[in-house]
Amino acid sequence: MSVFLMGLAVKTILVVSVCMLIVAYLTLAERKLMGYVQLRHGPNRVGYWGILQPIADGIKAFMKEEVIPANADKKVFIIAPIVSIAAPMLLLAVIPFGDTVTLFGREYTLYLSNPDIGILFVLGISTLGSYGNMLGGWSSGNKYGYIGGVRSTAMMISYELSMAFAVICVVLVSGSLSLVEIVHSQAGVWNIFKAPVALLIFIISGLAELNRTPFDMPEAEAELCTGYNVEYSSMKFALFFFGEYTHLFIFGCLVTTLFLGGWHGPLLPGVIWFFLKTFAVIFFCIWQRATFPRLRWDFVMKLEWKFLLPLAIVNVLVTGFVMAVV
Amino acid sequence: MKDKDIINVRKRQGEKEKYVRPLLKGLAHTMKKFWSKPKTIQYPDQKREVSQRWRGLHELTRNEEGELKCVACGLCASICPARCIDVTPYEEEGGIRYPKEFEIDESRCIFCGFCQEACPKEAIKLTRIYDFVNFSRDECRFDIEKLSDSKKHRFKQKKGKYEHLLG
Repeated sequence: MSVFLMGLAVKTILVVSVCMLIVAYLTLAERKLMGYVQLRHGPNRVGYWGILQPIADGIKAFMKEEVIPANADKKVFIIAPIVSIAAPMLLLAVIPFGDTVTLFGREYTLYLSNPDIGILFVLGISTLGSYGNMLGGWSSGNKYGYIGGVRSTAMMISYELSMAFAVICVVLVSGSLSLVEIVHSQAGVWNIFKAPVALLIFIISGLAELNRTPFDMPEAEAELCTGYNVEYSSMKFALFFFGEYTHLFIFGCLVTTLFLGGWHGPLLPGVIWFFLKTFAVIFFCIWQRATFPRLRWDFVMKLEWKFLLPLAIVNVLVTGFVMAVV
Repeated sequence: MKDKDIINVRKRQGEKEKYVRPLLKGLAHTMKKFWSKPKTIQYPDQKREVSQRWRGLHELTRNEEGELKCVACGLCASICPARCIDVTPYEEEGGIRYPKEFEIDESRCIFCGFCQEACPKEAIKLTRIYDFVNFSRDECRFDIEKLSDSKKHRFKQKKGKYEHLLG
């Protein structure tokens, strides 16, 4: 029993530290890739090829003065960044990074837990991340922050729907709500070939939930001067930032798990395949951020309610019909 | 007038409905740019080549014997719109004139280049050096010694002992 607990503790520390390291370096990766797209170098002064930049950023964030505005709701103001980082970090618990491995005669699973309703857990907790933005914007007592929070809420309400419908499609195809079972069911054919439309919907609504560029309404720099986190400074701001990148990493993991066959792949070991696919998805997110301009607010809502949601519903119906007939 | 010369401000309805292809085109474009070389000039390490006619830091030229060409006629000082040139002439008994003191206040100079145009002996010229820095105003007053070797005033980044490890 104690060996089991020890294994679990080691696994938890390993997963959290490795994933947080990856997330820290995602900030550098994003700045570097965006730089190369825009014919610049990106950060390259701190360390060779800018490799120490995330550490320098972290030190800088710690050194900054912490400001809490006079008319802010102090408690909520402090809780908001914690919520926004805690939600995506919770999701690390259910991501299946790989299959079982045998070490010292014992079998270890390469995921922290495998709840039977894994995908429902993911949908529920990832929505909580938006609460961080919403509460942060609302409590900061600033009109830009307030508008950012309102937009964050509206995004959460609308894009969550089509995302859930895309997930339902995957659940129909795989026949399970457990993330590990979903990956197991993709041993032969990946879900991307069985449900391509669902992937499209999942990526679009996922980008909206991540607040990434074509849909970065809550923090629209040009209109709201970074929106919900406008009053935040020092490590609180960094937590928001970190939460967003953790969410991006989780999103990559989810797309890999649900559509790209998780750890399945030839030759290389499963974990490597998992991370390769995850990084490919993250690369796509950064790439499209460097490409597309921000949509106008009403177009964002129009895209969801008039196009994405009907498409998602029809997709579910068609998938269900095909599953029933074939 | 050809068809391609016409600029259509309002697009046809059919073209408005095209969403997917332009998006893919944009992605292809950024991907192409991603693989091309950055255009950045990494300033302290690389320096931008400036035009041949660039007007930068002054230099007092010397002849083959290594003597200053300047005869301290004072034309440059009198034409200077910023009045930043101070010349004190000195005449030997044999009749050779040369400047006893020649001082240019580079912090006042507007780099118009009139001094080199006015000079009858081509003794003063403006080099292409644009990145000289000083810590005080007094250091910006360049005397004969500083002006005769202007190349060494180019800005060079001094790296610390372990800084090369950090890139």
